[in-house]
Amino acid sequence: MTKMPVSPKAAVKEVQDVSSLAAKAFASMFRRPFYVRDILTQMDIVGVGSLTVVMLTGFFTGAVLTLQSSKTLTTFGAVAFTGQLVAVSLVRELGPVLTSLMIAGRVGSGIASELGSMLVTEQINAMRALGTDPIKKLVVPRLLATTSMLPVATVMADAMGIIGGLFTSVFVLRISANLYLARAWNGLSYMDLFGGLLKPIVFGATVAIVSCHCGLRTYGGTQGVGRSTTQAVVVSSILIIIFNLFLTRLILVYTR
Amino acid sequence: MTEPILEMKNVVKYYGDTAVLNGISFSVFRGETKIIIGASGSGKSTILKLIMGLDKPDAGRIFVEGEDITKFNERQLVSVRQKIGMVFQESALFDSLPVRENVAYRLYELGVDEDEIDAKVRQSLGFVGLEEAIDKMPAELSGGMKRRVALARALIGEPEIMLYDEPTAGLDPVTSKKINELIITLRDIKSVTGVFVTHRMRDAFTLATEYATNGGRQISFHTEDNFLCIANTRFLMLRDGAIIFEGPDEVLRRSKDEYIKRFLA
Repeated sequence: MTKMPVSPKAAVKEVQDVSSLAAKAFASMFRRPFYVRDILTQMDIVGVGSLTVVMLTGFFTGAVLTLQSSKTLTTFGAVAFTGQLVAVSLVRELGPVLTSLMIAGRVGSGIASELGSMLVTEQINAMRALGTDPIKKLVVPRLLATTSMLPVATVMADAMGIIGGLFTSVFVLRISANLYLARAWNGLSYMDLFGGLLKPIVFGATVAIVSCHCGLRTYGGTQGVGRSTTQAVVVSSILIIIFNLFLTRLILVYTR
Repeated sequence: MTEPILEMKNVVKYYGDTAVLNGISFSVFRGETKIIIGASGSGKSTILKLIMGLDKPDAGRIFVEGEDITKFNERQLVSVRQKIGMVFQESALFDSLPVRENVAYRLYELGVDEDEIDAKVRQSLGFVGLEEAIDKMPAELSGGMKRRVALARALIGEPEIMLYDEPTAGLDPVTSKKINELIITLRDIKSVTGVFVTHRMRDAFTLATEYATNGGRQISFHTEDNFLCIANTRFLMLRDGAIIFEGPDEVLRRSKDEYIKRFLA
């Protein structure tokens, strides 16, 4: 079973530890040495490695959204607006949230298990003994990779979602491709794009920090690694959903 | 009188409610090897972690080359750690890096020139007899080879002090002997100060009774006899986080303490 902090004291301590790790990682970003090779490797793992899963998620989400919304839109005689509904839903909400959840599952678990294994086999202590700051070497590259690659993955998911919707619109709903694409294009504003790219940056940082934190406080051998991995995915996913509400509210207030 | 190179003064360390170390005080002088023995959980490995600054004591002070490192932060500890090499219990090699990069890790961090790194890595691996393993991954090495690579990695920065955390645990007698001989060579030929943690008395007594001489081309190993007694290796025995014995192997063997007698049996 996943052990979650139960007492208020433990919960506050957890928040304090995560915040402290985030602050240390942020401060370390501007200090030498810069592990460029590690950053690029992590960007490859997070970005290129997640592309297939993110594109598939986007495509089928767009296709299903089109099918589900068409029935309601038909009731109001507004089936022609399918493109707009799909594009706005994907860019504002579904793209960032679903992509982040997929990456939390794929990358967050990987980060927590890798760092957890390094901790229980004393590789982190060996690293410190050899004069390396594990936060600079391990946390910063993962933080930079997820915050930079998640917006890119989100754009890919959004694009594939609109293509998925187009596919269903043309072959199932018999809406012309031109109409669908024109409605989708016209329905989006720059603020939608801004909001849709801001969210994955915040979610990316959340996934990286939470997963690194869970990995770096692993205890109890291989069983502990499994526990940390589960915690990383569960906590990251819950935080993404909670932060999404606050970010949405914030974006709506400032873009009204 | 000479200053100790390592010193612990009334060190106390708690893990939860348990006192793992309870007022530990001892000194290690330059060129000396201190063998810390004791049952599992007696606090042996904790002492090494505290010396390396990987953990902080709850009370007491730790000195390295006369400098109080007790309150040092991670950045201040970097210069201290450059003087110390450590061999971890399970080798702790970076499993995603080949042997070359594992051994050269410290040099990469210091931004040393690539040619110099290659020469030093080969020299270090040559010392432990594993030059042919330079391009292998840790997963391809046996347990004994991993320990020797870990030793090579610890030695690359030419540390003045070496910390060995049960370097022979789980190894067969032949491989253990090879590792012991490397440690004896470091002590007698290279004059490296050492702290050797173990609960294997056979290895501890090998270190306390054998010595190495350099005959020019080849290093040879001998056992102390009536004419020569090794004076630079002393024992320190822990029980429940406290020191119950400190002295040479001859005195340890003659101890009347029931616990020590049982431990040596």
